Formats: sequence, structure tokens, C-alpha cells
Amino acid sequence: MPAAISTEGLVKRFGRTHALDGLDLAVRTGEVHGFLGPNGAGKTTTIRILLGMTRADEGTTRVLDGDPWSDATELHRRLAYVPGDVTLWPNLSGGEAIDLLGRMRGGVDKKRKAELLERFDLDPRKKARAYSKGNRQKVALVAAFASDVELLLLDEPTSGLDPLMEEIFREVVQEISDRDGRTVLLSSHILSEVEALCDRVTIIRAGRAVESGTLNELRHLTRTSIQAELVGPMDGLAQLNGVHDLQVDDGRVRFDVDTDEINPVLRRLTEIGVRSLVSQPPSLEELFLRLYEPEAVK
Amino acid sequence: MKSLAGTGGLIRLILRRDRVVLPLWIVLLVAISVSYVQEYGDLFPTPESRVKYASNVGFITLYGELSGPSLGEFVTWRLGFVPVMVGLISLLTVIRHTRVEEESGRRELLGATVVGRHAQLAAALATTLGANLVLAVLLALGMHSQDLPLSGSIAIGIVYAGTGWFFAAVGAVAAQLTASAGTARGIAIGVLGGAYVLRAAGDTSAHTDGPLAWLSHLSPIAWAQRIRPYADNRWWLGIVILASTVALITIAFQLAVRRDVGAGLLPDRLGPADGTMGSPLALAWRLHRGLLAAWTVGFALLGLLFGGVAEGVGDMMRDDPSIQEMFQRMGGAAGLIDSFLAGVMTLVGLIASAYAVQATLRLRVEESSGRAEPVLATATSRWQWAASHLVFSLLGPAVALLAAGVAEGLAYGVAIGDVGGQLPRLIGAALAQLPAVWVLAAIAIAIFGFFPQASMASWAGPTVCILIGLVSAGVSTAGWIRDISPFTHLPSLPGGSAQAAPFLVLLAIALVIGLAGLVGLRRRDLPA
Repeated sequence: MPAAISTEGLVKRFGRTHALDGLDLAVRTGEVHGFLGPNGAGKTTTIRILLGMTRADEGTTRVLDGDPWSDATELHRRLAYVPGDVTLWPNLSGGEAIDLLGRMRGGVDKKRKAELLERFDLDPRKKARAYSKGNRQKVALVAAFASDVELLLLDEPTSGLDPLMEEIFREVVQEISDRDGRTVLLSSHILSEVEALCDRVTIIRAGRAVESGTLNELRHLTRTSIQAELVGPMDGLAQLNGVHDLQVDDGRVRFDVDTDEINPVLRRLTEIGVRSLVSQPPSLEELFLRLYEPEAVK
Repeated sequence: MKSLAGTGGLIRLILRRDRVVLPLWIVLLVAISVSYVQEYGDLFPTPESRVKYASNVGFITLYGELSGPSLGEFVTWRLGFVPVMVGLISLLTVIRHTRVEEESGRRELLGATVVGRHAQLAAALATTLGANLVLAVLLALGMHSQDLPLSGSIAIGIVYAGTGWFFAAVGAVAAQLTASAGTARGIAIGVLGGAYVLRAAGDTSAHTDGPLAWLSHLSPIAWAQRIRPYADNRWWLGIVILASTVALITIAFQLAVRRDVGAGLLPDRLGPADGTMGSPLALAWRLHRGLLAAWTVGFALLGLLFGGVAEGVGDMMRDDPSIQEMFQRMGGAAGLIDSFLAGVMTLVGLIASAYAVQATLRLRVEESSGRAEPVLATATSRWQWAASHLVFSLLGPAVALLAAGVAEGLAYGVAIGDVGGQLPRLIGAALAQLPAVWVLAAIAIAIFGFFPQASMASWAGPTVCILIGLVSAGVSTAGWIRDISPFTHLPSLPGGSAQAAPFLVLLAIALVIGLAGLVGLRRRDLPA
């Protein structure tokens, strides 16, 4: 199956700053793809390029097998977009905005719209200027989910939603992914959301992808922390590959080990003799913190 | 005075944001005003020539009655429209720093810091009133430097600043009424326009011994004018204006207490749950219809007003044999009335170009507010989106001009008993302004297409044309300067001979510039 989105070597400069600096991104058809990175990493710029609103200075972009810059209108019939900060026409009601955006995209499913309004608990009669940020976000979400499209581009779509609504959002994304087989590119900072929804993720930093893969694959990139009480002298531990931050304290050791070097290290520990052992798998938080840090890109 | 805490900081913020535009309009208006002394002194050296020039009914409608034949009085009279511009700038400045801030949400950000409830309004007013004061002082010094009496120079400063103050206060009240900055602007400009129309109608009626002279007394613009600088300098009228300004400001602060931040006094009603709009054009209609209606009504009123007074020009001629003789040299009564109506048409065309630019800039407003993005992420192409708004910036002025032409034709036609003849003539004359209006709209499109961040510079088009119109109306101006304005190239209608060439050339220029702008829009990043 062809990729829903693929970019190679995207470069986008705004004056002297490089918003994107050789970004590669591949989203397979039918998957929910997490798009993560610190603020200012270039996520929104990438999504604008995918929408054909911004033109990349270098590199190639394919969206649904088309060129987003030259085929924008045709492609937009097949995709929906939710920005992270939704602004609406102050004197239009939410319902009017939903129907307007839906119709301009090619049609609104009335039943689906009513169902989504119900689930997101949104009063469509209010004027947009009376909506809170979360409610404006819901307007854009309902408009996107009520459209019959192949691809959804969601740019931090849940900012401003309460936890209850966040839960509804997850349900709906899961439905459209499992039941309808739609492709979703989800830019997000909420790790639990990413963990719950995404098949694969791409992490970008300073305009380039630093990691891409399933969450399990990414976990291998990080370190497991180990605490152990040992029987014998702890010689040679520090010299083993993949051991970091070793602390020794009266028969107890504490260190981090690269997840793919864990076997030889455990073997060495059992050779010395283990009285007790606590191993902590890397949390997602640690994974992201490490990848977000400036040193992560060498 | 806790509610005013932080006002000083906000004033500095306003001065920082307006550091270019604020000094610019002050210096520009002072410079133009002072330059009139030399120019009009040379052009009309004798009191007789001044009185003769100022007795034209059309001029009285535009500027009011001349208070006396001295150079100072004559120049003050000829500058009669500038205080209205000061009022317009003042009310826009106040709304820009109050309601616009609230609507954008920035007020909330500041409001959560150590900033009192009234600080925003106080800062906006203090800055605007202060700017008017600076304008008044510079103007007084400038006028006095041209060897005009000091007392009168101070008085004309008060005329300018007083009008500015009053309408700054009007802007402050309007900003409290609605949650939308656009509506607030509409209300305040409506009050300004109303005040001008009252003065124009009252003064015209007074000059022709009509029954409506009292209308002028209702107009704050007339109050300021009747300070009569260089004549009897009626300072007490300055106090009247100051007192009404203070009263309006008090009302504005009272209203501000009665509402929440971000809300207006007029409540928001619920809208429909389902929309009927489904195309960019339907959306554009929704966004532009209020503006279109307001301009059309305003233009119709202008047309009625000018059409109604035009006949007075003929009346005056019948009464006064010496003027009659002069007019006959100029081509008879019809020639004079036609030249008056043609001048009116140029004025109406200039105002229509401001509407054209305003409607075109809606594109930029949609873009920079982020509302263009969701539309362009649907199956709407950039050109479709742009075209949906340009329909209104190109045809909107046409509708408004048509309204002016119809109203003027009816008013004048009824007055002289020749509706059938005058209606088509004046409709034609009004619509003849369109090519020039479109050139200025096209320039706005091009700036938006290529230099979106500089979109506001599009206002330079109408501003420069209005200034050229103001300056060159009586004063010798270099030909190339007058040629900058597309309105210079239009034939003088009604009355003049119309040839196709200037229209076609202007249309071609508009087309080329506008299309270039659309190409620029297609090729650039969005939002930018």
C-alpha cells in the first residue's frame, strides 16, 4: 500500500532561521501516526507544507499520492485539518461554521454531525465569540470528523479540551482508524494520548526527524535503570558497554543500561551473584525527555 | 485609583506600537494645514477674491460658511474638512487600543497583570487626547510662524484638537457597546458622518435661507468650526466641546463597569444550529453584507444631500447679477451646477476607494486572524477564496456609487423637475468613478499578494489621492503630482465630455496590477 504521506529532505527557511532542516516523514496508509517534538521544532510548518499552504524550499512531498502545492484543491477534498488554535468567525454560530467547512470540503454527514455534537457535548447555536478555547477546538474537531475523508491532519487538536473530552477524542480517533481505516497524522504533546492512539511515531527536533518507529522500537533506544544488591565484588561493571551513571554504595549498585545492551550486563551481574534486583523499564516521559534534549541530535 | 493601575505602562505600550503612525499623521496634518497659508495667500491675495471664492454653495456644503475675509479666516475655512479627518483618526485610534485589544484576547493577557479595570481605556484616551494636544500646539506654532495672529492660531489648534477629543470620546463609548471591533468602528464612524451631514445640511440651508439652519447646532463638528479662529475666537465653544468630551468619557467608563471583559453591552443572541452556507462566496457575503449595507446607505445619504443642495447653486445665481455674469462666462447655470456635481462625484469616488481598500483588506484580516487557514484546507483554492472577497471590494463600491448616483439624480431631478433627464446622467457620472476606484483596489490586491505584512500600506492609495484632491483643488500643484491620482484622469462628469480612452487605460491598469497580485498570492506562503 502506498504511503499516505511521505516527505524527503524537506527544508524550509524563514529568513535566516531554518524551520525545517531536511525532514523525512513517512506515514503509512491506515495508521495513526504520532508527530512529536518540542515547541518550535517545525511540526506546524510541516503540516502547513502538507496542506500546500507553505512551499518547501527543498525536498519532496507527497500526500495521498499528490503534490500538496500544485494539487491542493483536489487533495483537500480527501483530507481534513484541525489546527491547534482554532479561530472562527465571531458572528457565526458553531453549527454554521461546521456546516460551512464541511460543505466546502465536499459534504457533511448530518447524522454523523449530530452524533459528534452529542458526544462532544457542544451547543452549535452559540456564536463563535462566546465559545471558550476548548469549545472552538470542538467545532473544528466535529467539522473534521463529520467529513468523509481519507486523511486527517490534527495539529495538537486536544489543546484546551477537558479530560472527559480528551477521552471522547481518543474514542473517536480509534473508531475512525479501526472501523473506517482512515489515516491520521496526530501532532501532540500529550504522551498518554500518543501511547493510546499511535501505531508509529516520528519525533522531530530543530527541523529534522530524530527518531521514527513504533513505540516499542523507540523504547529500545532508551535505558533501563537497574538497582541491585550484590553478593561479590562488583569489578568490571563500569567497563561494560552500555552502562551509565554507575553508583556504588556498600554492596548496592545503581546504574542505567542501554536497553539493547541489557543481556550481557545481566549476565555479568548473575556471575557476581545477585541478592536482589529491581529493573525499571524506561517510561515514555524519559524517552521523550531524552529525545527532546538538545544533545539528542549529534 | 486602583482601577487605573498600570495606565502608564499601557501608554508606553501604545506609544511603542504607534511610534510611526502617530507622529506621521500629526506632522502630515500640521504640514498640510500650514502650507495652505502661503498657497492660498498667493492665490487669493484680496479679501474680495476670497469672499467670492468661498461663496460657492458647494464649498459651503463641504467646508461651512466663511467667517471673514482675512487670510487666517480664509485658510481656516478652506481647511474645514481636516478636523473631520482628525476626528476620524482619533476615534479609530481609541477603538484600536480598546475593543480591538479585547476582541483579540490580548487585553485578557494584560488584564491579568497589575493593570486596573479602567487602565486600558484610560491609556487609549490619554494617548489620543495627548496626541491631539501635540497636534494643536504644533499647528498653533506653525500658523503663527506664517505671520498669522497668535490668538487665532491657538484657536485653530483648539478647533482641530476639540474635534479630535470629542470623537475620541465617541470612539470610547462605541467600544463599550458591542463585542465586535468592526461594529464599534461602524457606530463611531456613523456618528462622525452624521455630525458632518448635519453641519453640511444646516450650513447649506442657512446660506440659502432654508428652514434647516438649526441642524448645524446639533453637530459637534459645527461647534468646533464656530470657534471662528482669527475672527472673534469664541473660546467658550472650546469649553462646550471639552465639557461634552468629559461627559462622553464619563459615560464610557460607566459603561465599562457594567460589562465583562470581552463582552459588549448589547448581548449576543443564539444562532442557528445548522448552517446554510456552503461556499466561499456565501461566507464572503455573510462577512461583507453589513459593510456593504452601511456604505450603500451612507452613499445614498451623501447623494441626497449633494443632489438637494445643487439647486441652491442655481438659486443663488438668480439672486445675484454679478455672480450670474461670472457663471455665464463659465457656461451658464447648467455649467456651474454641473461642475459642482462633478466635484461632488470626485469626492464620492474618493470615498468609494476607501471602501474598496477596506473590503480588499478583509482578505488580510482573514489571513492574519487564522480564519483563512481552515477555509483553504477545504477544497477551496486560493483564487476562489480571494475572488469571493474581491467580488465585494470591486462590486461593493459599484453598488455604493450607484446608490449615490440614484439618490443624487432623484434629489436634484425632483428639485428642478427633470428626473428623467438627471437620473441617468448622474448615475453615469457616479459609475464613471469606478475605473479609478478599481485601480486603488488593485493596488491593495497587489500589496496583499506580494507583501502581505505591509497590507496596511494599501491605505496610502486613497490617502494620497484625497490629499492630492485637497491640495490641488485650488492650489497650483505640479502636473506630475496630480497625475499620480487615477481620479485626475477621469473626465469631469456630469457636463464634461467622456471619451473611452481614459476608462480603458485605467481598467487595463487595474486588471494588470490586480492579476499580478493574485499570481503573487498563489505563489506565496500562507499565512505569512
